[in-house]
Amino acid sequence: MITFSSTHLIYLIEAARWTVLLSVLAFIGGGAFGLVLALGRVSQHKWLRWLSAAYIQIIQGTPLLVVLFLAYFGLSILGLDIPPIIAAGLSLTLYTSAFLGEIWRGCILSVPKTQWEASNCIGLSRMQQYRHVILPQAARIAIPPTVGFMVQIIKNTSITSIIGFVELARAGQIVNNSTFEPFITFVFVAIIYFAMCYPLSLASRHFERKLNVGN
Amino acid sequence: MISYSFDFSFLLTAWPAFLRGAWLTIVLAGTSIALGFVLGLVCAILRSGKSKLLSGLVGIYVEVIRNTPFLVQVFIVYFGLPSLGLRLSAETSAVIALVINTGAYSSEIIRAGIDSIAKGQLEAAECLGLNKLQVYWHIILIPAVERVYPALSSQFVLLMLSSSITSQISAQELTAEANMIQSETFRSFEVYLIVAAVYLALSVLFRVVLWGIGQFAFVRRRKLRT
Repeated sequence: MITFSSTHLIYLIEAARWTVLLSVLAFIGGGAFGLVLALGRVSQHKWLRWLSAAYIQIIQGTPLLVVLFLAYFGLSILGLDIPPIIAAGLSLTLYTSAFLGEIWRGCILSVPKTQWEASNCIGLSRMQQYRHVILPQAARIAIPPTVGFMVQIIKNTSITSIIGFVELARAGQIVNNSTFEPFITFVFVAIIYFAMCYPLSLASRHFERKLNVGN
Repeated sequence: MISYSFDFSFLLTAWPAFLRGAWLTIVLAGTSIALGFVLGLVCAILRSGKSKLLSGLVGIYVEVIRNTPFLVQVFIVYFGLPSLGLRLSAETSAVIALVINTGAYSSEIIRAGIDSIAKGQLEAAECLGLNKLQVYWHIILIPAVERVYPALSSQFVLLMLSSSITSQISAQELTAEANMIQSETFRSFEVYLIVAAVYLALSVLFRVVLWGIGQFAFVRRRKLRT
């Protein structure tokens, strides 16, 4: 009879590195695409606004798990033998971009209209307005909700365990299969997730307070 | 590029299973929304109450739930509790996990609503001679929930979507039915395309129904057309 031991705990912590890596991938990919979506949502072209709104609505209206299955099976239709990390990274990127796009759109819109007008008056092009006036101010407003959303990303990487990607949640299942001690195993898994997420939650709240004091 | 021919013919025989799954998703989500809202309300009241102990306990509960993945919470309820002597069916475990999860999120949302009630309102209510209970109900709770109702609604739609995760403990909702169908037909991509469309329709349905409930419950909102 194998019981839950420090070896298992070390195995879990090692697997958590994949959770971190996947979260970082999703944040970089989703952040880049999310910025494009946010700019699309506030674009002057109607069709761009419409297109990015439709994308965001579709992704936010489907469970991440189904997006993950679509990425996993959809890529294999192309005849490629796709390792789970690609499908996992792709689906988390799609998911993250939709939510960050919507969050950042709100931040861009919350920059006062007079900033647009003033920068227009001194003859900046729309590109320059974004680059030098609007985005720097929007970025400041965006910090608390973005850090808060990182918590969602980390938690949602657990879903990729379902297609067999060995990160923290999957490692928990593997440990459970050998020890048959589900309660203690998954409580430890939860503690490790908590240790990763809680500092971010605190940081998000801290930035929010700082921003409110600043205003 | 390898050519792939889409084949949706499995729908002819599989559509009752999709319907059955969608119905269980609606039932699971509906039950969890109702119970989760009540739990969230109670927790928000305790959190902003006078007792430091209760407020602290609720704070811990909210932080623990909000900083751990739903999948792990489901596993603890379904696989973990039996080892403590509590054996539950997959569907019951799914509802319990969903309720605990939603309770934490909605209590945070409702608490924000309670915090946003202006102090002048309370003073005015006292001047009118309302007693403590009346003040709490009419001046704090109802306006607080009314104010955060849109945020609550989106949280509830997210809950419906995350109920898909309970397929992992063999609760036979929409995603679980889809897993069954794709393992029989080998038409994985098509199956999940259909399921994505069904979830999209369900999230629109939930949004509309929740909006309707809001219109019904908050008379002022209806009159002000907000």
